[in-house]
Amino acid sequence: MTRVLIAEDDANIVELLSFVLGRDGCAVTAALDGDEALRCLRSAPPDVMILDLMLPKRNGFEVLKAVRSDPALRALPVLVLTAKGQARDRSLVEGIGVDGFLTKPFSNTDVVEAVRRLGRR
Amino acid sequence: MFSANLVLPIALVYVALLFAVAFVGDRRARAGRVEWLQSPLVYTLSISIYCTSWTFYGAVGSAARGGLEFATIYLGPTLVFAGWWVLLRKLVRIGHLHGITSVADMISSRFGKSAPLAALITLIAVIGVTPYIALQLRAVTTSIEVISSAGPEEALGIAPAAANAHAGFWIAAGMALFTILFGTRNVDAKEQHHGVVAAIALEAVVKLVALLAVGLLVVFGICDGVADSFARAAPGLLHAPEGFGTRWVALIFLSAAAIVCLPREFQITVVENADERHLVTASWLFPLYLFLITLFVLPIAIAGLSVLPQGSNPDMFVLTLPMWAGNDGVALLAFLGGFSSATSMVIVACIALSTMVSNHLVMPLALRFRWVHLNASGEVRRFLLASRRASICALMLLGYLYFHYSGSGEALAAIGLISFAGVAQFLPGLVGGLYWRNANATGALAGLVAGAVLWAYTLFLPSLGAGVVFTPELLRDGPFGLALLRPQALFGVTWLDPLVHALFWSLSANTLLFVLGSLAREPRPIERLQAALFVDVFRTPAEAASGLIRRTAAAEDLRVLAERILGGDETRRFFERAAREQGLEYGRPVANDAFITQLETKLAGSVGAATARAMISEAVVLESIGLDQLMQLADETRRAREHSRQLQEKSGQLEAAAGQLRAANARLQRLDQEKDEFLSQVSHEVRTPMTSIRSYAQVLLETPGLDPDRARRYVRIIHDESVRLTRLLDSTIDLSLLEHGEVPWARAAIDPEAALERAIRSCQGLAGARVRLQSSERARGATVEADEDRLCQVFINLISNAIKYNTNPAPQVTIRSALRGGAYEVEVADNGPGIRAEERDRIFSKFMRGWAYLQTGASGAGLGLAISRQIMRRLGGTLEVVPGDGRGACFRVTLPARAPAAA
Repeated sequence: MTRVLIAEDDANIVELLSFVLGRDGCAVTAALDGDEALRCLRSAPPDVMILDLMLPKRNGFEVLKAVRSDPALRALPVLVLTAKGQARDRSLVEGIGVDGFLTKPFSNTDVVEAVRRLGRR
Repeated sequence: MFSANLVLPIALVYVALLFAVAFVGDRRARAGRVEWLQSPLVYTLSISIYCTSWTFYGAVGSAARGGLEFATIYLGPTLVFAGWWVLLRKLVRIGHLHGITSVADMISSRFGKSAPLAALITLIAVIGVTPYIALQLRAVTTSIEVISSAGPEEALGIAPAAANAHAGFWIAAGMALFTILFGTRNVDAKEQHHGVVAAIALEAVVKLVALLAVGLLVVFGICDGVADSFARAAPGLLHAPEGFGTRWVALIFLSAAAIVCLPREFQITVVENADERHLVTASWLFPLYLFLITLFVLPIAIAGLSVLPQGSNPDMFVLTLPMWAGNDGVALLAFLGGFSSATSMVIVACIALSTMVSNHLVMPLALRFRWVHLNASGEVRRFLLASRRASICALMLLGYLYFHYSGSGEALAAIGLISFAGVAQFLPGLVGGLYWRNANATGALAGLVAGAVLWAYTLFLPSLGAGVVFTPELLRDGPFGLALLRPQALFGVTWLDPLVHALFWSLSANTLLFVLGSLAREPRPIERLQAALFVDVFRTPAEAASGLIRRTAAAEDLRVLAERILGGDETRRFFERAAREQGLEYGRPVANDAFITQLETKLAGSVGAATARAMISEAVVLESIGLDQLMQLADETRRAREHSRQLQEKSGQLEAAAGQLRAANARLQRLDQEKDEFLSQVSHEVRTPMTSIRSYAQVLLETPGLDPDRARRYVRIIHDESVRLTRLLDSTIDLSLLEHGEVPWARAAIDPEAALERAIRSCQGLAGARVRLQSSERARGATVEADEDRLCQVFINLISNAIKYNTNPAPQVTIRSALRGGAYEVEVADNGPGIRAEERDRIFSKFMRGWAYLQTGASGAGLGLAISRQIMRRLGGTLEVVPGDGRGACFRVTLPARAPAAA
């Protein structure tokens, strides 16, 4: 069973992803802001993290940097979700290191497949 | 050989022929048939008055004494005419444009129409040219003596001592008569003297033919061809030790100066010139004429020296050689040639000088001392003609007296050179004035005075002979025994030839003072104007420049003035033509500036520029010079300075423009960045609800057996997110419209309280039972200028924010309104999480949500406050965050209120 942490501030999307991924056999937890996401990562490291870039308190870039600079979390597969979808953001996060990049609005299937792929590693 | 009884009738017949030619020429010109009279050929032939009896007889004498040196006198004019483009063209153009009547008029016109300058030049010219006229008289009388002599001694010119004074007098009288008849028919000195020109052109042909005939006779009759004629030359004659030394250079320079400065040459070349293009022909034809007339000079001189007895007068070889050879025909032709060369010079010189004397000496004095009354019609005209005729007689008399009393020892050439050196003093002023803008009358006067004084002291007075003016002691030891001031060895310069010595000192002092005097003061406006007109004659159209002086006068005054000078008929014609040109059918022209200038030029043709100007100014009632324009036109430096100032200004403007562009560019870049951010924000704000809509819809589509409750919930989310999306789009458009403000608002005097009430009512639903909406103090009877719907929108936004983001367990919103200091104020305060200090500036930005938003998760696009602030700005009010009472947020709306309505 793949453990997935969703860091996303929009409640509707959290509910949606929980439903879709849960149906596919994932154990989903959610964090509504960046700080909470980091706390969750450290207390119960997931197999995959889905990260929104526009997060309150500590945004997705900062969370990602913290993950990649933390030896315990460095290898964590991260799937970035963003509503910004601009090339600049994509190259920015790819510079830090991500394992998947999806633009909102996304297809549910793409999310599920990405999580499956990352979870197998 | 010939008896005087034969020679004189022949001379008289020849003179009668000249009168006839002049008469016919004048008649034809009056009938308007000037074709051949104005041909380049006649023009060139008349220029050949340069070749006087000095050339005709004197060149051979000169060659016999000094070998090739005589040629220098013809090299100077050849250079000037070959280079006509440089100087002559400018002189002729200016002469035409300004109605120049003489060299004195030219120079004085250039230097601000200075009357003293014109008078001084006239004086120098008279002093300088009188010996020259005397020289011609002497040549003619001597030639008569020689040709009609009885004894061989006299025939060979060995003892021509007592020149026949009676003959000299009658010759002078005859020439005066001719000159008066054909030279002063009209008062307009600028008018071409066609009769005179025709006569002197004929004389030019006669003297050339005569000299060529003598030459051919000498070479092929007396000698055995060309080779033989040169073989007889004394050794050393053709190899002058002086060859190409300072004297040669000085002579070439002197003759070049003379061809420009001699009054008679100026008269023919510039004043009588009918067409500038004739110069092109003259530029090669005149040198050719000079070449031909000097072609046989050396053979004649050599033959004279070898075949005639020792002591024969070389100045008479041209006449004595044919006589010696017994060829009466050629001898008579030679006599007529010499006669022609003398008379043509005297006639033209007298016309030129008499114009100068009457215009620049007599008229100014007559005007000053009221010899003529300007109000008597025709009197000035009569006076002018009379003075000109009297001047001719006086000049001729002066020449005769000089001839009568001067020693006869001087060679012809020497007298000519003294005269040349005198008029060469005009050169610095004339040439400097044509090319140097800053030259002024002070410089010209100072230079002329110095040059003339030195010329007289070092050359002219000594030439009169010891004992006439200068005592022999003075000449030898200097005045008061001061050797440094010896006239012919000034400042100890003893090694120079007397002519070169005089030329050096006089022209150096002249030029130096001309330059220093010109630099000593700024040119006066009139000098600047004239300088510009003369120096830039090929660049500045005369009309454009004359427009700078604005004068007006009564047309009647001008008519009276013109009648006095021009006569009734001429004046009427002139005025009628001017009126026609102005488009007036009848009556007289408007005395505007153009007309006054036209009239002044016309009058200048009669009385010279300086006098014409003086006369016109008496009639002119208003004269103003557009000084600024004038300076701009006249002063090249000034223009350059002005130009560079403009450039600086322009570059300043460019810099400013560049600065503005940079600022605008920076602003655009900032706006562009803002736009990008805005789009990025909008994109983000749109994508988030869009994600929910798409993904929930996908779940609904792909999950057939979905729990109905769950399905309904998902549909609800889709619905809500669609509404959120629509609201977002509406707000975005609303804000865009507000920011760019294209749609005009209906602003009216409204009661703001009504809008506030409406807003509170419409927020009651949102507040529900949870939030307590309370309105405390309220302003009554306020009136503001606003759009009620928009104002209501602001209130709703503030109140709904206060409700939505209120996390207080006992949330409450307080609304107050008041009239304070002429303004209507509304405060909306809540007891929610409030606005952090660092958020205060940004809270009104687009898509900016306060931290309270995070606390509540309430929906909102983040555009409400931005919209509200824009609305308030357009209504002329403000929206701001106020510190409030320490808890929660407080927003204050302020609008200027009208005077409270009576309630």
